Amino acid sequence: MTSEFTSSEMMSVTAARALNNDMTCFVGIGLPSEAANLARLTHAPDITLIYESGTLQTKPDVLPLSIGDGELCSSALTTVSVPEMFRYWLQGGHVSVGFLGTAQIDRYANLNTTLIGDYRDPKVRLPGGGGAPEIATNAKEVFITVKHSKRTFVKDIDFITTVGFGRDGKARDNVPNIGRGPTVVITDLCILRPDPQDKELVVTSLHPGVTREQVIEATGWEIRFADSLESTPPPSEQELTVLRDLKARTAAHHAGQ
Amino acid sequence: MAEFLSLQDAVKKHIHDGDTVAMEGFTHLIPFAAGHEIIRQQRRELTLIRMTPDLVYDQMIGAGCASKLIFSWGGNPGVGSLHRLRDAVQQSWPCALELVEHSHAAMANAYEAGAAGLPLAVLRGYIGSDLPKVNDQIKFIECPFTGERLAAIPSIRPDVTVIHAQRADRKGNVLVEGIVGVQKEAVLAAKRSIVTVEEVVDDLGASVNACVIPSWAISAIAVAEKGAAPSYALGYYDRDNAFYKDWDAIGRDRELFQAWLKDNVFENGAA
Repeated sequence: MTSEFTSSEMMSVTAARALNNDMTCFVGIGLPSEAANLARLTHAPDITLIYESGTLQTKPDVLPLSIGDGELCSSALTTVSVPEMFRYWLQGGHVSVGFLGTAQIDRYANLNTTLIGDYRDPKVRLPGGGGAPEIATNAKEVFITVKHSKRTFVKDIDFITTVGFGRDGKARDNVPNIGRGPTVVITDLCILRPDPQDKELVVTSLHPGVTREQVIEATGWEIRFADSLESTPPPSEQELTVLRDLKARTAAHHAGQ
Repeated sequence: MAEFLSLQDAVKKHIHDGDTVAMEGFTHLIPFAAGHEIIRQQRRELTLIRMTPDLVYDQMIGAGCASKLIFSWGGNPGVGSLHRLRDAVQQSWPCALELVEHSHAAMANAYEAGAAGLPLAVLRGYIGSDLPKVNDQIKFIECPFTGERLAAIPSIRPDVTVIHAQRADRKGNVLVEGIVGVQKEAVLAAKRSIVTVEEVVDDLGASVNACVIPSWAISAIAVAEKGAAPSYALGYYDRDNAFYKDWDAIGRDRELFQAWLKDNVFENGAA
């Protein structure tokens, strides 16, 4: 018996389940950080979490608001400089999973966090790339978690900040020393994976109570569904309790400062 | 040897209109007090370099100090956009701002190359990204040994770097602890440097492998207590996350921002 849960909770729990104890995960701020710490506090207590601020093997008690909160440093095995983080630990090949969020994603899992519109005359200026462009190519594989909507899931993004599989699905072909790229996208509606052949994102699992129509309606291209479409297991009582405690602790901590 | 100066005198002496200025501190130890002093002294046409512009550059851009920004992630961490930065880019308010945009990996490499005295940094980066299309400072070169295509960007060599650190000893040696970011690289890459510190002590209390910047590698040291707030200084005070959230509303509105600037920067002299 599972209690009521929100679609956001469903997304975080599903994203957390994608991680396991053996992974070394380079964690983006926001949704990925929530999911990664939920994994660490439930089924993957020994997962290695790395944040781009230089904190190696960190175990924060509350979710950081920024990528460099003191909590990340105090609870880390060690903290290295930012050049060392990107050069030795990421580019050097020690990261198994890069876990990213995004503002927009297209059908080949390319990510846009730079701007909407024209670069020299943007409609909306977004923060930019940060660590993502190199996390996406130097990590062995990439997980993405983002809320599903037509504004977010667009057929072609205006700007590729961070490559998935390029505008033709072939950007990684014959490139030496590059990771496999995005292997899973987790949203509040479903799980998507790139088609093994053409790399277009395909829905492989629907979350409980979600219909195909809802996913079609929230996606800016003609979304494909896997032949053997699965149903995502709902969150367990334990997953929900740990997630809610973590979020309550975090809210209290940030409000109290 | 580093010269001990007031923050006011350090900025007056080392930062001039038109300079290329790097103020570093990766979320931690952001030199806000120095940024505010630069605003008060009304420096103009600065090229500002920072991986994460953060609130400090949002404030400096909104105050009209900058004409160019070299950066890699321009948001309010965990909150949203930097609205003064956005207003400058989208509406040229209070003046136009040219952007030179990189990734974190590229900027970290470029600081390190600057510290190493090299003209360029080489990294396995920007593969498949559109950033090289909009930034002519990103090129690709072929490895002479393996033939691999690698990204190349110019090293960062600022006129002046400004950082904040926990403490200096009386000779001007500086200890940086916690998230050390690119501070050491940024200081060593620059022609001149200002380090603001929480306090000056007899003994740094540094462990043998600590991040210590020797006095003879620094131009000026100024004491600025709570000089990194609302960011934080490990061992001294926490990040004021509530202020980072409040900034969203202040930064969003030109009049609210100008009122904030008047009350909190212009009418609040340097320590």
